[in-house]
Amino acid sequence: MTVVQERSLPALGGFSPRLLALELRRMARNRRTVIFTLILPAVFFLLFGTSGDLRTQRAGEGNVTGYILVSMAVYGAMLAATSGGAMVSLERAAGWSRQLRLTPLKPIAYIATKLSLAMVIGAISVTVAMVVGAFAGAELPLHAWIECGLLAWVCSLVFGAFGLFMGYLLPSENVMQILGPALAVLSFAGGLFAPVDTFGHTFATIAKFTPVYGVGEIARYPLVHDGNLWIAALNVIAWTAVFAGGAIWRFRRDTARV
Amino acid sequence: MTLFRARVTFHSEGMTITATPVARAVDMDGVVKRYGAVTAVDGVNLTIRPGEVVALLGPNGAGKTTTIDMLLGLSRPDSGRVSVYGRAPQDAVALGLVSAVMQTGGLLKDYTVEETVRLTAVLFGRGRADVDAALDRAGLTEIGKRLVGKCSGGEQQRLRFAMALLPDPELLILDEPTTGMDVSGRHDFWQAIRQDASGGRTVIFATHYLDEADAYADRIVFVRRGRVVADGTAAEVKALAAGRTLRATLPGATREQLLALPGVETAEVRGDQIHVQAKDTDPVARHLLTETAARDLEITSRNLEEAFLTLTSEEASS
Repeated sequence: MTVVQERSLPALGGFSPRLLALELRRMARNRRTVIFTLILPAVFFLLFGTSGDLRTQRAGEGNVTGYILVSMAVYGAMLAATSGGAMVSLERAAGWSRQLRLTPLKPIAYIATKLSLAMVIGAISVTVAMVVGAFAGAELPLHAWIECGLLAWVCSLVFGAFGLFMGYLLPSENVMQILGPALAVLSFAGGLFAPVDTFGHTFATIAKFTPVYGVGEIARYPLVHDGNLWIAALNVIAWTAVFAGGAIWRFRRDTARV
Repeated sequence: MTLFRARVTFHSEGMTITATPVARAVDMDGVVKRYGAVTAVDGVNLTIRPGEVVALLGPNGAGKTTTIDMLLGLSRPDSGRVSVYGRAPQDAVALGLVSAVMQTGGLLKDYTVEETVRLTAVLFGRGRADVDAALDRAGLTEIGKRLVGKCSGGEQQRLRFAMALLPDPELLILDEPTTGMDVSGRHDFWQAIRQDASGGRTVIFATHYLDEADAYADRIVFVRRGRVVADGTAAEVKALAAGRTLRATLPGATREQLLALPGVETAEVRGDQIHVQAKDTDPVARHLLTETAARDLEITSRNLEEAFLTLTSEEASS
């Protein structure tokens, strides 16, 4: 044995591109994740957003097909961000989190890795939806293609926090089996699958308080220039605070349970 | 052997340590750990020197895993002090001074064997060569591309071993490492550990297999109900096991009287029955039969199993 040995701690608490690359490769291996986050939103768009009259009806600066495309891009980004965050559930169930505590990886670097992963998959999901949309008759002005895509992607960070919170809260290996349907319900309630103005007055009011509403309104704004951005922004900020607060609360409990 | 304690300095890449001498691999001082009303570890004092191969032997629920968790910083003692190579356990773990092969779990099915080791290498800031070396030493090179979920229990355990080897730790901790392995799996696993320890690494392993402790440890620490009840070299344990038990009927005997007899190690009085343990019971028998009213005298030899049971049983608590 060497008596003099140099030992060092990794920079950034262990957060690194090489770690991210390995995690991405693992996530790509999970067929369910790929189908639900990359393919499902595009399929929903083709099913519900591309019939003839939707292509000819106008919505803001584009057509209704384009409007539905942005909603589906939000849905995809949301699913991706949630499943990225919810990975902690499986990893805790498998004892992997405990194993990681025998490495220099700092808990905060672990969380940063999961959120980065969620955002990378979210970006791919939005891109896939947008490319499919471009070939399937969605009409948006150039600035809206870019702005709507970016906003859908950035705002999905809310759901990264949601996924983390649920991942720490639910001790299940397949937490996405619970969260998938829950997100579908929230998407309906928040006006992502059908515009809020088609709801009755009561449901339209309730919709404004559900977590998907704000993200959808903000992402579609560059296209429609309609709706109250302040309410939408307040919605996103409030739900981010709720989910991030919940995630931090569970995360602290998790690391304190020594 | 001289060992070195690290001094920490900072530079742009993070933290690097340089070495100064340290005498103890593990130092536990009056360590207590409670879980609610249960005291899992009840005042353990333990010093382990660099290079020792130590078996932590005891029945299930003796506090072995709790002790190991505290050495790894996975759990904090309620009172007492734990240090590993002169540092707080978490720091020793983060620097790769100590690593562990845990009993179960801790692996992700969707990774391949090689990716799992590579991920560990990334976290410890080690390179490709270290990954290959760890895979090789754990005998995993040929199944590197296999998904962890498709590996047998023995292969998964060797993978945990490869991960533990990666930071080239001074201290390697194994928690019941061969549980669930078949005979040849156990043999291969210990072969790898033995080869590794010959390089001078400190090894602590928890086990409830006596033969493992006997065959692979320089020193055996018996634990029972959260306490160290015996601590000695494997040879001393064998000597302990080489003793005999004498049983007889002797009304009115006291434990103190029996302990005063030549060579008596432990003595017990249960009603009119006396139970005496000694390396050589002949002088005790001679005394009892000639100087006292003892009758129905019986002498039986003990094996390691019985020594273990004696040390770890409920009756031995007094």
